[in-house]
Amino acid sequence: MYEIKGKICEISGSTVIAKGMVGAGMHTTALVGNDGLLGEVIRIHGDRATMQVYEDTTGLGLDEEVISFGKPLMAELGPGLLSGIFDGIQRPLEALKAASGNFISRGIKRRALDSSKKWDFVPKLKKGDTVSSGDIIGEVQETERIVHRIMVPPGITGTIEEIKEGSYTIDEPVTLLDGGRSISMCQEWPVRRPRPVNGRLNPDTLFVTGQRVFDTLFPVAVGGMAIVPGGFGTGKTVVEQSLAKFSKADIIVYIGCGERGNEMTEVLTDFPKLLDPFTGQPLICRTALVVNTSNMPVAAREASIFTGITIAEYYRDMGYGVALMVDSISRWAEALREISSRLEEMPSEEGYPSYLGARLAAFYERGGRFTCQGSPERTGSVTIISAVSPPAGDLSEPVTQASLRVSGALWALNTDLAYRRHFPAVDWNISFSLYYEGLKGWFAREVSEELPSLKNEAVAVLQKEGELKEIAQLVGIEALQDSDRLTLETGGILREVFLRQNVFSATDAFCPIDKQFRMLKCILSFYTVGLNALKDGLSLDSVLSCPEKASLFRMSEMPVEGFSEWALGYIESLKKRFCL
Amino acid sequence: MKLVTSEYRTISRISGPLLFLERVRGGRVGEMADVRLRSGEIKKGQVLQLMEGTAVIQVLEGTAGIDAEDSSVYLSGEVAKTGLSMDMLGRTFNGIGEPIDGLPPVIPEMRLDINGLPINPVAREKPSHFIQTGISAIDGLNTLVRGQKLPIFSGSGLPANELALQILTQAQAPGSTGDEGEGRFSIVFGAMGITAREAMFFRKGFEESGAIGRTTTFINLADDPTIERLFTPRISLTMAEYLAFEKGHHVLVILTDMTNYADALREIGSAREEIPGRRGYPGYMYTDLATIYERAGRIKGKKGSITLIPILTMPEDDITHPVPDLSGYITEGQVVLNRQMHRKGIYPPIDVLPCLSRLMNLGIGSGKTREDHRGVADQLYAFYARGRDARKLIAIIGEEGLSGLDKKYLRFADEFEKRFVSQEGEDRSISRTLDIGWKLLSMIPKTEFTRIKEEFITGHYSRGD
Ligand SMILES: Nc1ncnc2c1ncn2[C@@H]1O[C@H](COP(=O)(O)OP(=O)(O)OP(=O)(O)O)[C@@H](O)[C@H]1O
Ligand SMILES: [Mg+2]
Repeated sequence: MYEIKGKICEISGSTVIAKGMVGAGMHTTALVGNDGLLGEVIRIHGDRATMQVYEDTTGLGLDEEVISFGKPLMAELGPGLLSGIFDGIQRPLEALKAASGNFISRGIKRRALDSSKKWDFVPKLKKGDTVSSGDIIGEVQETERIVHRIMVPPGITGTIEEIKEGSYTIDEPVTLLDGGRSISMCQEWPVRRPRPVNGRLNPDTLFVTGQRVFDTLFPVAVGGMAIVPGGFGTGKTVVEQSLAKFSKADIIVYIGCGERGNEMTEVLTDFPKLLDPFTGQPLICRTALVVNTSNMPVAAREASIFTGITIAEYYRDMGYGVALMVDSISRWAEALREISSRLEEMPSEEGYPSYLGARLAAFYERGGRFTCQGSPERTGSVTIISAVSPPAGDLSEPVTQASLRVSGALWALNTDLAYRRHFPAVDWNISFSLYYEGLKGWFAREVSEELPSLKNEAVAVLQKEGELKEIAQLVGIEALQDSDRLTLETGGILREVFLRQNVFSATDAFCPIDKQFRMLKCILSFYTVGLNALKDGLSLDSVLSCPEKASLFRMSEMPVEGFSEWALGYIESLKKRFCL
Repeated sequence: MKLVTSEYRTISRISGPLLFLERVRGGRVGEMADVRLRSGEIKKGQVLQLMEGTAVIQVLEGTAGIDAEDSSVYLSGEVAKTGLSMDMLGRTFNGIGEPIDGLPPVIPEMRLDINGLPINPVAREKPSHFIQTGISAIDGLNTLVRGQKLPIFSGSGLPANELALQILTQAQAPGSTGDEGEGRFSIVFGAMGITAREAMFFRKGFEESGAIGRTTTFINLADDPTIERLFTPRISLTMAEYLAFEKGHHVLVILTDMTNYADALREIGSAREEIPGRRGYPGYMYTDLATIYERAGRIKGKKGSITLIPILTMPEDDITHPVPDLSGYITEGQVVLNRQMHRKGIYPPIDVLPCLSRLMNLGIGSGKTREDHRGVADQLYAFYARGRDARKLIAIIGEEGLSGLDKKYLRFADEFEKRFVSQEGEDRSISRTLDIGWKLLSMIPKTEFTRIKEEFITGHYSRGD
């Protein structure tokens, strides 16, 4: 490793320029100033290197020394990532607390992973086997839930001369290759570069969220990408957190990017106690947190999403389905904008640099479903759910638009719905999913052939309800036909019972896809049977006051167990009442 | 660390509140400077940026009277700090922490960087204690929790100050704050660009309620230098951190008016010729505001807490204006005042629809407030929103066009505003608030209830009629 020493000649916010830096490479890291703040070179001009500094520069002085080591910003990957909480440049927050107390002070350096902890390494290969990139050489039980697969780091090939078994730290070699090389349980990867894969696969499996409005109406596929834009208080964080809790993923990487400290505290206190609905294990056992709150340094916020996605890719490479939650990508874009403006780059729309769209796309492209490198053969995925915080809730702004161009699903949150406490406040009029066609096979296989058509019918009713409401506003509701009034009522039921879902209710917070299907079936049966009854001359009142209508409102709180029987019985009793 | 302090006579340019100093060696970002005028007067400044030996210095008291020839600048080598002591309770200071109450300077117990440091997220303790403010629209629907940051979004001429003062005085009433326990209660009041009349109003309020001895006041008045406003909230919060995390107090911090603060930020931004963001405010305003608001909270193992109530004016009552918008993106909810309701004579004129308390669930329910609390709040919201829809409808089709049910919702909305939201001067207990809620809910047929558990409805419906 080489060292280049320069002196600080300019400081502006989080960017620092040093001279005498001939030989320093783009995107290499440097220690800046007397306190040794970590920085990354983002521009080179003659002997001058401009760095974005990952820590607060208050108190940094002119002429202080800058040392560059020629190494890019790396993530450390190995057992111990899960249930860990890291800042944007992967410093472990627990260790920072041990070093500097309740507040994060400047210039503290700590390794991401605990190098003193021993892990039980179980070999999967033997002496004489030849290995190459991505091959699984052994396993470690990382948490109660997750087996950590130790892989040959990208770019390495060789023949195993010795493979160990037993307790080792992440730095001790567990495998020796020919030519004197060794493999330990920990590898490094430059965060800004995607980890290699073999090939991309089609998104054809539902990413199960347990939220009715998402799974049934606007589903995202495993390896897909959904964006969640919405004004403040519309429920983006609650969506991210409920998905982190209930979605069917092997691994969750949660990036708190420029948001609130207390929200992270909530995750930290709740996740060890909450159990995964699919495995019954504490949620924290499958979760890694990358947290750079709004008051933490802005340049580290910019790095946080790359740190997070590198961790996600690493577990993907083991063959896991990873869900990456980003809250919020807008805060990342603002960090980018701030750094860009300190560089006095020519701003484009809303002051964002012209490369905003390209950078965002490059980040989102790291998601997907892939065949992984190495043997045994396996597939892994990274599903990205990204919150967007548009100023004044206006979706025409650059970050939303740039995200929209590459996303497969839009879950737009609506301020008016949030004001009426209709949560999740998903605007069903403008939200969409491009995955639906590809998932039809999955729905037919796993739930019912009927689900897509039921969904279409529900969407049609909601659409009609909207139109009828407008008419009613002009002529008064009494002027509408009975069948139209039944449509209005059904639209109301769909909204109140099906689309609305209470995350604070133990029963309703997670709704299995089968229950979603049956709830929808009950509501729409009520509608169809009701319409027929009206045709047969029954009064609207008799339809609306039947006990079957009232019981629809109790569905969301009914236990999952026995629900399908209940639903069958429900449809029977509807028929008995109205279709003699 | 180099302790050489240096005096410069190399001012090259003065522009708005900024001063450019040349041939600076070893200057530090954020360090404080003294600018000595020919008259001998000394103004305080702070280094914002360093480029090739040029230091950009913002002068707190304005650059008037500084000249490039005869003024000199002395760089202190130290970032902005403020002295702290328990003797500051009951005292009044200007916006940069100098006493203005005629009493002698305070002898500090410690001096701390006013910018503070970010709380390590793993050191935070989840807020969980209900604070009863005695105001139904807050306690019932948008509950304040200890350690929360909950701003009041106001419009010019709306009674935000009255409301803030009422919260301050009622929240401290004995027994009203749940398990008050060991911690003592104190107030930090930071004012940016408020009028002398407003300052008097608060002062009188603190005196009358007996809170004055527990209150530290930092005041930058409307005619005080604007740049000082950038310091006032930071000094206030440094004091609050000292009281909360060194001395174990439960501290309520009022910062008013954050819009004036933001305007000062904009002034510096444009003087630095930065690329302006929305409505001329700097692009980094979100982050800047976050370094203020995020200082509220609780810390594991510490007795005290910081509850922050910033007040801000929405220019033209526009909630999408950058100051309320960015604040709302950082704070844990908002209490929104409404001009129409104010005109109708409703006090406090809180429009509950855009209000929110994100921490409400942590502070309510059985053992904290009442088990039916969540349901009552959700149902009141749903009914009120429908009533407001009905109100919009009659503007088009007249009341005759409404269905019987919609007429009920319409009446509900009116009564809700009159009996629940409006409460001139009254200090209501939470159970009184919820009981009023039930009375109002009972105006609507039971079959319409979709957000409350059956068991609560049977227990409470029609109770008070
Ligand atoms: N599914 C839900 N069920 C019940 N309440 C909800 C739900 N979603 C959101 N809320 C309510 O809305 C509040 C705001 O939600 P949240 O914090 O997720 O908003 P946000 O969009 O992330 O806002 P910001 O952009 O300011 O961070 C929550 O505190 C909660 O009270
Ligand atoms: Mg949020």
